Amino acid sequence: MNTPINRLDARFAKLKADGQKAFIPFITAGYPTLELSSALLAGLPQAGADIIEIGMPFSDPMADGPAIQNANLQAFKAGITVPKILEIVRAFRTTDNETPIVLMGYYNPIYSYGIMRFLDDAKKAGVDAFIIPDLPPEEDEEFRVPADARDMFVIRLITPTTNEQRLPTVLKGAKGFLYCVSITGITGAASGNANALTRYVSQVRLKTDLPIAIGFGVKTPEQAHEMAKASDGVIVASVIMDHIAQNLGSEEAPREGLAASTLAFTAALAQGAHKA
Amino acid sequence: MKNTLSNTESLCCVPDEQGHFGPYGGRFVAETLMPLILEVEKAYNATKNDPAFQAELDYYLKHYVGRPSPLYYAPRLTEQFGGAKIYLKREELNHTGAHKINHCMGQILLAKRMGKTRIIAETGAGQHGVATATVAALFNLPCVVFMGELDIERQRPNVFRMRLLGAEVRAVKTGSRSLKDAMNAALQDWVSHVDDTYYIIGTVGGPHPYPAMVRDFQSIIGRETRQQIMEAEGRLPDSLVACVGGGSNAMGLFHEFLDEPSIAIHAVEAAGHGIATGMHAAALTGGRAGILHGMRSYFLQNEDGQIQEAHSISAGLDYPGVGPEHAWLHDNGRVSYVSITDDEAIEAFQLCCKLEGIIPALEPSHALAYVAKLAPQLPKDHLMVVNLSGRGDKDIFTIADRLGVII
Repeated sequence: MNTPINRLDARFAKLKADGQKAFIPFITAGYPTLELSSALLAGLPQAGADIIEIGMPFSDPMADGPAIQNANLQAFKAGITVPKILEIVRAFRTTDNETPIVLMGYYNPIYSYGIMRFLDDAKKAGVDAFIIPDLPPEEDEEFRVPADARDMFVIRLITPTTNEQRLPTVLKGAKGFLYCVSITGITGAASGNANALTRYVSQVRLKTDLPIAIGFGVKTPEQAHEMAKASDGVIVASVIMDHIAQNLGSEEAPREGLAASTLAFTAALAQGAHKA
Repeated sequence: MKNTLSNTESLCCVPDEQGHFGPYGGRFVAETLMPLILEVEKAYNATKNDPAFQAELDYYLKHYVGRPSPLYYAPRLTEQFGGAKIYLKREELNHTGAHKINHCMGQILLAKRMGKTRIIAETGAGQHGVATATVAALFNLPCVVFMGELDIERQRPNVFRMRLLGAEVRAVKTGSRSLKDAMNAALQDWVSHVDDTYYIIGTVGGPHPYPAMVRDFQSIIGRETRQQIMEAEGRLPDSLVACVGGGSNAMGLFHEFLDEPSIAIHAVEAAGHGIATGMHAAALTGGRAGILHGMRSYFLQNEDGQIQEAHSISAGLDYPGVGPEHAWLHDNGRVSYVSITDDEAIEAFQLCCKLEGIIPALEPSHALAYVAKLAPQLPKDHLMVVNLSGRGDKDIFTIADRLGVII
């Protein structure tokens, strides 16, 4: 019998075999509406997404800038909850059983739901990994160990402030891939310097075999290309939320064709990343 | 999460090395902040037992802040309630008018030692912001204070004070536009200015080492109280009462006495319009365990784990969480947590003005309102110490508004 393999590991292995970099778009669950976020999710693999990050809205998103804060607020108005987020994933899995899904969210809604109950329900829904910005390695054992036991990964973050002394702490127990935050700051801020990042990534590579994906501040296909070239993949978030906000029309009745235009916009970013 | 106490266990040797008070506390921050937090912790551990640091702090506390603050026997309040003998620890007489200056002085000396050149802070009522702006002026460091738009509106005198002191007050327009959002904004700013900035947190909250560090700097309140009550009465008090928002003035008074089992300790949360209405700020009475602002503690939250707005007439108590040491002392039962409504606090406020000639801040008015309930049930030889953590000059507009007076 084959050991079950996490979709993330399978995907990165395939990308490596094909000599390709990962394009990882982010959408906020429930933004701009529950229906539209489901439609976007369904269309993302076709638009070039190799892995999909789904943001779980939180009332106090401390690491996020205005674009994602605004998306959170709108998603709450649309009625998003933790059970509905899992429902969105479950629906996606009926048509796509290969594209890895990474849930990204702050710890409190998960903790409030109950760690074990959340992990069981996330597993059933088809989630592969979690990014929890306010759960650093020092505190993540209570969540990471039971997640591992269910073959779901906790993705660790490295930042420009993660120095050599600290790197071993971050790498110990890391799985899936490393999320390299390209700047010190909040999501959607200015982008990082490609040369400095290339150097930083090559330093980290000496210490780990995990794939490294770069995120925070990637706004154009050119930047996606540069960041993908410097690493194994690129995460694009705020600019997609911005695109939706700018083309929304009204919040109650989003403009027709919004999902299609957002997917086309995302596809251009994907092409940038895949050129690398 | 109930953890019971053994009789031999000291309550004063928390947190552990990872900053945990039982299950609470810790360091729930983004990776970008982790190295900063660790740097603060390392610097604080190095200064804690450094006699030169302590001597410098003592100098400023005595000559600049005006410590020790008096422990005053309040004869007319005692007579009014007809029971326990009431002492007020007069923290409102400190420079800047509240206890907040105690930890600001400690933290700015630490920031200087760390070579930091820019100071940031969050503030609710403005007392912590004023205290931070004050020490930043004293040591000639640029200072940005984050303050919710709503609080700027209701605490205008303190906003003006901070500006007079040279600080930039930055309005926070996100979320509920009050203290919790100001703290989010300050943390965001810190993440964006990791090299030069020190964040002076204003309560016994946030990620480790802040809850322990702020408590340590505030615990001078309890140490002075011990000495002063011994001089006045020749024995320890029978009970302590303090208000709790984040919980810094309460920890400051309580910490010294946690290992004295004969002393009853009462902490008073803000019940706003009443706990049953849901419009309150009583995280321990009406919230549950969760994670926010770098710590595991009690928070007001909905069933989906989203943080809810707090409601209190007192901006200083208007916070949906509480420091992690309080969460631990709540669960292990050492401190009893009670709550007082806006109306009860205002009544106590007026009583204190008229009977003792002291205008208390709305925050300790909550403590006084609980004293009004508790003291009459106690014998006349019962010694009760109340932390009068701040003065009420800043609140006169709120009070006037509530009493329908135009000034």
